[in-house]
Amino acid sequence: MDPECSRLLPALCAVLADPRQPMTDDTCLEKLLDWFKTVTETESSLLLLQENPCLVELLSQALKFQDVSSRILSFSLRLAGIFAAQENCFQFLQQGELLLGLFGEAGPLGLPAWNVPSVRSGWIQGLCSLAKHPSAEQFLVDCGAVDTIFSLQGDSSLFVASAASQLLVQVLSLSIQGRATPHLGSSDGDWPSCAQSIVGYLEESLRSGATPQITQALKVLTTTFGRCHHSWTEALWMRLSPLVTCLLEKDTVPTAHSLADLFLSMARSPTFGSSDCDLWVTLAQTLSCLSPTQAGPLALGILKLHVCPQALKTQAFDVLLQPLACVLEAAAQVPGSSGLPDGTGSNPTMADALLASTSSCAALLCQSLAHLGELQALPHSPRPWPQVLLLEATVMTLRFCSGSAVPISSVGGRLCGILASCIRVQRAALDFLGMLSQGTGPQESVTQVFAILLEYLRSPESSPTVLKKAFQATLRWLLSMSKACGSNNPDPHTQPFLRELFPVMQKRLCNPCWEVRDSALEFLTHLTTHWGGQPDFRQALLASDVPELTQQLLQDPEAYVRASAVTAMGQLASQGLHATPSGPEHPGAKQKSLPQELLHILSLDSEGFPRRAVMQVFTQWLQDGHPAMAEDLEQFMARVFQVVSRDLDWEVRVQGLELARVFLAQTLGPPDCPYAVALPAATPPTSPAEVLRTLGRVQLLEFAFRALFDCDRPVAQKSCDLLLLLRARTAPGGGLQGAECNPEAVTVEAALRAWQAGEQGQPLGELVPEVVVAILRTLDLEGLQATLAESSDHVEQSPRSLLQDMLAAVGALGGHEADCY
Amino acid sequence: MQYTQIQINHDYVGLWTGHDFHPQFPSLATCSKELKECSGHVFVDSVPEFCLPETELIDMSTVDVILISNYHCMMALPYITEHTGFTGTVYATEPTLQIGRLLMEELVNFIERVPKAQSASLWKNKDVQRLLPSPLKDAVEVSTWRRCYSMQEVNSALSKIQLVGYSQKIELFGAVQVTPLSSGYALGSSNWVIQSHYEKVSYVSGSSLLTTHPQPMDQASLKNSDVLLLTGLTQIPTANPDGMVGEFCSNLALTVRNGGNVLVPCYPSGVIYDLLECLYQYIDSAGLSNVPFYFISPVANSSLEFSQIFAEWLCHNKQTKVYLPEPPFPHAELIQTNKLKHYPSIHGDFSNDFRQPCVVFTGHPSLRFGDVVHFLELWGKSSLNTVIFTEPDFSYLDALAPYQPLAMKCIYCPIDTRLNFIQVSKLLKEVQPLHVVCPEQYTQPPPTQSHRMDLMIDCQPPAMSYRRAEVLALPFKRRYEKIEIMPELADSLVPMEIKPGISLATVSAVLHTKDNKHVLQPPPRSTQPTSGKKRKRVSDDIPDCKVLKPLLSGSIPVEQFVQTLEKHGFSDIKVEDTAKGHIVLLQEAETLIQIEEDSTHIICDNDEMLRVRLRDLVLKFLQKF
Repeated sequence: MDPECSRLLPALCAVLADPRQPMTDDTCLEKLLDWFKTVTETESSLLLLQENPCLVELLSQALKFQDVSSRILSFSLRLAGIFAAQENCFQFLQQGELLLGLFGEAGPLGLPAWNVPSVRSGWIQGLCSLAKHPSAEQFLVDCGAVDTIFSLQGDSSLFVASAASQLLVQVLSLSIQGRATPHLGSSDGDWPSCAQSIVGYLEESLRSGATPQITQALKVLTTTFGRCHHSWTEALWMRLSPLVTCLLEKDTVPTAHSLADLFLSMARSPTFGSSDCDLWVTLAQTLSCLSPTQAGPLALGILKLHVCPQALKTQAFDVLLQPLACVLEAAAQVPGSSGLPDGTGSNPTMADALLASTSSCAALLCQSLAHLGELQALPHSPRPWPQVLLLEATVMTLRFCSGSAVPISSVGGRLCGILASCIRVQRAALDFLGMLSQGTGPQESVTQVFAILLEYLRSPESSPTVLKKAFQATLRWLLSMSKACGSNNPDPHTQPFLRELFPVMQKRLCNPCWEVRDSALEFLTHLTTHWGGQPDFRQALLASDVPELTQQLLQDPEAYVRASAVTAMGQLASQGLHATPSGPEHPGAKQKSLPQELLHILSLDSEGFPRRAVMQVFTQWLQDGHPAMAEDLEQFMARVFQVVSRDLDWEVRVQGLELARVFLAQTLGPPDCPYAVALPAATPPTSPAEVLRTLGRVQLLEFAFRALFDCDRPVAQKSCDLLLLLRARTAPGGGLQGAECNPEAVTVEAALRAWQAGEQGQPLGELVPEVVVAILRTLDLEGLQATLAESSDHVEQSPRSLLQDMLAAVGALGGHEADCY
Repeated sequence: MQYTQIQINHDYVGLWTGHDFHPQFPSLATCSKELKECSGHVFVDSVPEFCLPETELIDMSTVDVILISNYHCMMALPYITEHTGFTGTVYATEPTLQIGRLLMEELVNFIERVPKAQSASLWKNKDVQRLLPSPLKDAVEVSTWRRCYSMQEVNSALSKIQLVGYSQKIELFGAVQVTPLSSGYALGSSNWVIQSHYEKVSYVSGSSLLTTHPQPMDQASLKNSDVLLLTGLTQIPTANPDGMVGEFCSNLALTVRNGGNVLVPCYPSGVIYDLLECLYQYIDSAGLSNVPFYFISPVANSSLEFSQIFAEWLCHNKQTKVYLPEPPFPHAELIQTNKLKHYPSIHGDFSNDFRQPCVVFTGHPSLRFGDVVHFLELWGKSSLNTVIFTEPDFSYLDALAPYQPLAMKCIYCPIDTRLNFIQVSKLLKEVQPLHVVCPEQYTQPPPTQSHRMDLMIDCQPPAMSYRRAEVLALPFKRRYEKIEIMPELADSLVPMEIKPGISLATVSAVLHTKDNKHVLQPPPRSTQPTSGKKRKRVSDDIPDCKVLKPLLSGSIPVEQFVQTLEKHGFSDIKVEDTAKGHIVLLQEAETLIQIEEDSTHIICDNDEMLRVRLRDLVLKFLQKF
């Protein structure tokens, strides 16, 4: 332990033990415990206590329960547990009967403080830390803690109950693993006494018929099988399995979720996965007896298992497919003609669950769609994957929701009524439909997919959130079709779809709801990014009013929409799609004015989002060498840096520095590489002095130097990195000589110092290259980089600082006792 | 004595609520002068005529009261008040009266502007009509159709309206109390509660749960209804108003951007206020700041101004604005900034100010009269222009039929804020009426969408439905009446507690009934016998108050009764159980005592003494008062 900490510890312990100085900040106590935990991981706890007797005194003080606050009592219990985790320290504390006093029946159990959940939680956590060695097991039995742990299973505080459950598992594991128990059978005598009492408690709970008790017992078992993969867990299961499987025989399984969790925990355990126990049979039985909603998560869990019999996987997959099979069956024109493969047919229970109410139907379909979506993304998704069935069922679900399905059967009619305008199902189905774009499908199914997407994009009834999902799904399908057909081979679906899409986009861009306009712009940006080069796309886009409408949205009253419009316009302009046909009604000057328009937004927009978006567009344009930037680049950049350096939003300033970095890299040209085989460039590389002059003209240097002392750390870091790069390329060992004694350099340094001190200072003006080099050399950029790399609270995070803060908080430092504020 | 008459006729109760008044547009046959053909459809060339509410079933002269739900459903009022012998009272809220007047005034103005000498009548001949193509041959009650009323008739009809406020209780002849409640659909729109002391009937018509400009719907006061009559639901249950407003704005912006004009056929009040408010927020984002919006109606100015002064009838947000003080509707600002201009007609100032592209709101939404006709003829040939239908009352295809072929784009965005079936379901769950009564159409999916089981009323117990001209008995009976007791009579009562918390008292009084109010008054003091010559007055002809026997209550415990008999010297007593009670047999005395739940009989053979003795013993077990 740090000697300084050791010196502060007695004062701190005295403060903690003093009931007149209540410690109000729980987080300090938590940090203190974390620190002790770290210390005891590397040092001997016994030594620690011997060297710092104040700690033992603090723990002893906790025994005087009446005098101690519940916070300190809880803290002391946890601290004692941390120390007693080491067996020799445990023995040391036991000698003074300190542990028995804290955790035994004479401890806080019978006191009013026990009603405070944090004290009960501290008691459990203390024992959790302590229960690491055989001596601890005996201690637990002797002090009667096991019975208390049983009673805490049903604690009113969920945190306490959960921790008690974890502790029980730990004690069980400690009890069995600590002994040589070659064969654990069903007879009580085979089990160590402590383990026997826990197993007996579990048996009693499982037999009780009361749902809370059964759930608690199942949770303990779930944790046990999840954590311990020794052979004894199998013996434990053999003993308890009749009681657990009994639960499945009831008409309605009361603890379905807990049972599913238990079986999945077992299935994931190597102990059971390869054994000849009846786990797989039990899982199959559970799947068939749970209600459709309860069976869903279990089925998903089974399908995610790496080791599992194929028949069970098929059964589980069927459970997830059934709601969609029901939808297809309900939509079939002739009963039984839903085109489902054998065994996937809907069962009556499923149909009943679907038709019971809107909420149960929506819950079941959403769950099924979400689970199937999750499975589809897995590398070991079920095979064969019924892509066509899923496509049809999802499209049909969406049609039921939009009211465009015309079912003949009465079930279909009822489903239609239940699902009409159900936004939750629409969102889930569109999400899943988007995911299905990863697979292929027959021509007919793909046509249906595009038709339903267009229906949703077009429908005035689509809510903004549904529309957003429809845009996302459309994008995924367009990209997937594009990938499948290759960029030079237009897909038969996309051309007609695009023709229909842009009139819809026009309407969406004019929607009074800003969320809709925003989603439409985001969609347009993605679409242009991926498809901007394709002739079909370009033709369809330019034939519509979409580019003009997008430009108009740069003045939208909603900041998010303006930001999305900036990004979309940036992308359109990058692809040359911003150009409007020249003519009397569309003067060609519009295209030239876009950078100016964006600069105007950067200068005047009151919201940060549009300004950040402008900076991203400028950076992208500069990287891509966009013609709009090439014209009079220096003057334009100077204007941008001038504006951005004054921006109040630090993210905009960081973006500005990113733009500066790209500009710098382009001005410097590629670095000299001695191993490069590329032919020398036709134009000779720019000299460092010329580079520095250019950077000065565009105001980049002033911006970067100012940003170096920015009060926002990311800005200063970015600037530091930029200047380091500049120094490395322009002022290495040789090359330009600095002018350290130049009076101009002295003035600049003075200005920098003023900025560092937080003063506004004068602008630097145009800097001579030599002065810049001199400043770059003078500045301790590496030191600054190292300081900035540390988090702002690195000083405050040290244990010494913690102890000092805690003492200061109660006025125990510096003799401020007389202060009466 | 007067009484109210409550009858159900189609979807009207008492009177005429729901949309009862539609222009009818007939279409080739023998009467070729009256008929014209246009793009394959046949039309009747005539002065517009209107189909009146059903009057065959009810003699309007026997109707005491008409309750008006909202200004859209009072358009037939002059026909009833002026031509049917109706002499009762009409109740409506002030905005209903004022805006109703505006709607009628606009209608009369539109019709009178283009007078036609004659109505077409030949086609109405049944032999001719059945030969005409649809929909002319299917038109019903054509002989009852009437020409539009005059402004004089409007004024006379409106003068019969008695103004009421929300939650105001109006006594109708002591028989029932009626109360208007906010229905959330339009300014001053009401649902009506008709209740007696023990029964409550709610009439829900044209209501909305959406947050628009009117005061929200008062649902709480509809609770505990025995019967809830439900009508005036949305005509377009599949169109969500929010989506339609979005569609309206998008199409409007796209048309104007391309240099086209937008025509919105509409009523001068109602949804137009919400549309203008929506456009107020929208025009800047859509870059429409320089596009003029014209509102043309003979009552445009009054409508825009009235909307601003009915503060107490507005939703909470708008009411708050009044106290700032700011105009509750933003159309005031649109007018101030010259973005919205209003004119009484297309003549005069409008022709000087008219600038294109523009957006024009004008009537009549049927497209058969009003300034809208002019704009359709002006703009119909260009595909740059768009007509956007927002009023749900008329089929836009029928409305446009005589203008075909039309190059102008047509967009149908019906904005109907009235209750849809999901909202009805929530309302019924909230209000929980014992019975729901509604038109038959609401109990089954629309014929064109028979699979849409969600487009019908689904409630438990199932709603009672009625058809046109069907008389329905409401499922409750008036079983109780409230009777008041005069204080002096109440003072004289001596209640006896027969069970904890329950006291009874006998009362002898005179029941006085007038105007459906019942009052118990003290009986007149018994008059001394008058001298034989003086004739008794009729009012004194009240039966003499005899000394009344006390009323008995309680039950006789058989075992204790037998013990009492034994104490009083009766022996040889046998008790037999019967289906209704017991028989106590006094064998020695040859007497039977039948004890049943509500009667006791002593049967003995001419031994009055014995009977009286036994009677007294029985009475000991019973309470008297």
